Amino acid sequence: MSVHAPVRELGYLRVIDEEGQVTDSSLLPDITEGHFKQLMERMLFTRLWDERAIKWTRQGKLGFYAPVAGQEAAMIGSEAALTMDDFILPSYRDVPQAVWHGWPLYQAFLYSLGHQHGNQIPEGVNVLPPQIIIGAQIVQAAGVAMAFALRKEKRVALAYIGDGGTSQGDFYEGMNVAGVYRLPLIVLVQNNQFAISVPVEKQTAVKELAKKAEASGMEGIRVDGMDVLAVYQAVQGAVQKAKAGEGPTLIEALTFRYGPHTMSGDDPKRYRTKELEEDWRARDPIIRYRKFLHTKGWWTEEDERKVETKAKDEVQAALDRANQFPAMSMKALASHMYAKMPIELADQLIRQDTKKEVK
Amino acid sequence: MAQLTMIEAIRSALSAALEKDERVLVFGEDVGQSGGVFRATDGLMQRFGEARVFDTPLAESSIAGLATGLSLQGFIPVAEIQFFGFVFEAMDEMIGQAARMRFRTGGSFHCPIVYRTPFGGGVKTPELHADSLEGLFVQSPGIKVIVPSSPYEAKGLLLSAIFDEDPVLFLEHMKLYRSFREEVPEDFYTLPLGEAKVVKAGKDLTLISYGAMVRTAIKAAEIAAQEQGLSVEVIDLRTISPIDTETIVTSIRKTHRAVVLQEAQRSAGVAAEVIARINEEAIYDLEGPVLRVAPPDTVYPFTLFEKEWLPTEQLVVHQINQAMHA
Repeated sequence: MSVHAPVRELGYLRVIDEEGQVTDSSLLPDITEGHFKQLMERMLFTRLWDERAIKWTRQGKLGFYAPVAGQEAAMIGSEAALTMDDFILPSYRDVPQAVWHGWPLYQAFLYSLGHQHGNQIPEGVNVLPPQIIIGAQIVQAAGVAMAFALRKEKRVALAYIGDGGTSQGDFYEGMNVAGVYRLPLIVLVQNNQFAISVPVEKQTAVKELAKKAEASGMEGIRVDGMDVLAVYQAVQGAVQKAKAGEGPTLIEALTFRYGPHTMSGDDPKRYRTKELEEDWRARDPIIRYRKFLHTKGWWTEEDERKVETKAKDEVQAALDRANQFPAMSMKALASHMYAKMPIELADQLIRQDTKKEVK
Repeated sequence: MAQLTMIEAIRSALSAALEKDERVLVFGEDVGQSGGVFRATDGLMQRFGEARVFDTPLAESSIAGLATGLSLQGFIPVAEIQFFGFVFEAMDEMIGQAARMRFRTGGSFHCPIVYRTPFGGGVKTPELHADSLEGLFVQSPGIKVIVPSSPYEAKGLLLSAIFDEDPVLFLEHMKLYRSFREEVPEDFYTLPLGEAKVVKAGKDLTLISYGAMVRTAIKAAEIAAQEQGLSVEVIDLRTISPIDTETIVTSIRKTHRAVVLQEAQRSAGVAAEVIARINEEAIYDLEGPVLRVAPPDTVYPFTLFEKEWLPTEQLVVHQINQAMHA
């Protein structure tokens, strides 16, 4: 096994292996067949949408995009363990979780294209737009979790971060404060082995990122991030614990991104081997879970085709809708700078209009 | 009406806000049990409970991060950064996150936070306590910056800041905390944000300042009156972002001359911005160049040198004379 294989010191949770065999039937989530199938539908949909998005980015039809293939189990499994009342703080790659949590897909495309409406989260949808400053989402999530605790609401805040993000000061500061107040916070570290190009062993001398929880008095657990049921179970457990007032949890999901960091010029060949990529592709979350569903007799060719058609149609429709959205105006942008536009800013807009006339 | 120091006025404001609205939370390092290093929050935790007034870990970014998250969920956080020099640790959350929230989410989310913090020279503090770093925030869209110049101003402006819908940085000059008392109403009252105030009327020259330097400006105006018989109008900006251009320009149209005084190091600061606006709006009303009084562009100096570094009344009077004869 490569050095990137899970170290067993802390142990890690795994429910199904690469062949789709259940490792321990007591670990299977207590959910309906429909729910089991939904995990597959969402992972598959996400994979197909990712393929489209990559293609569209290359064609110039989309803007900033961070590919997700390989991480579907970590993404879909964690979101699925929440209720819609729970609050998600994603980072830039965590667009699928935000979308499955209610952020309309066409808005995610507008976000990619660089339109303000992309981030106009509809009322009642409990997500923030993707975070760019890695670590900031952790301290903010502590604040969101504190709000739930103060109001005695049974809700959790789930913040996503990567292996590189665990080097940030804010990662520790957020966990530290959540530990002190026993806040209903879940920090999900998708350890995809590389922070852009820097491998995790150059990121930190700690072999298991979950151990970083200990320093803040939080529980830290590791899961096989290519196993959607393991991720689901781990998050589900953390949610129950948080809602019972028993505090925060850090979950490290061991996973891998097949593609580049983003579509803006990153070339993984510069920092990782083909063998390593193949090693991880052999653990593919979708292939593995499909095998599991087959053994249960819960997944057919027809199910597969249905998701493919749905994904193709809905993803295209979302892009069309994004493209039809009205352009931004200086005035509308500026009107969201403050609750009430300062006189000086209004004056500056008049100057901006003059600039247009000059052109 | 009670005669209060500025620190008492601030405490009175926090108390009034906590009483008025359950969404208001007050927190920071040493803010709870001990009542703050300057006692600004003395007795508040005991009175309003630890759920609303509490101590945080010693980590400014998480203090500001808590404020962001709490505000997203409908609370009104009043977060204390123990000294302004510590603000570098919290700047991403303040100007990288909270100040941009309304804009980046097109109004879906906003952060009605107040960050209170002591600063200012002349009180013999160690490094990174006294520095006037307001320019960094004045340059950042989305956050308002308030600097009160007296106890009465502090209470009214702080209450406005707390109930404002935008993030506000509220800068409390340490030298003003206990140096004098003033009549301050016990009840809830507000003073408008974004409005400068003419604190002394005059007709020969406009002297513009903010914070503790307003006291220096008034003294300088008095000296100029006694020594040269000059009538100097003094403007207290109160809000340095956004700046109230109208009050400044109205005054310039009357006096035709101006000096701008700031405690912050000279370049690219509030004084520079005020002068740019005067140039844009009222250059033909001027009879001479607008001059600045500000310390040199160095780091805030060591305790034994601060008196030399800080602007003095004499220096302001000198610049007033320069401006009068330019």
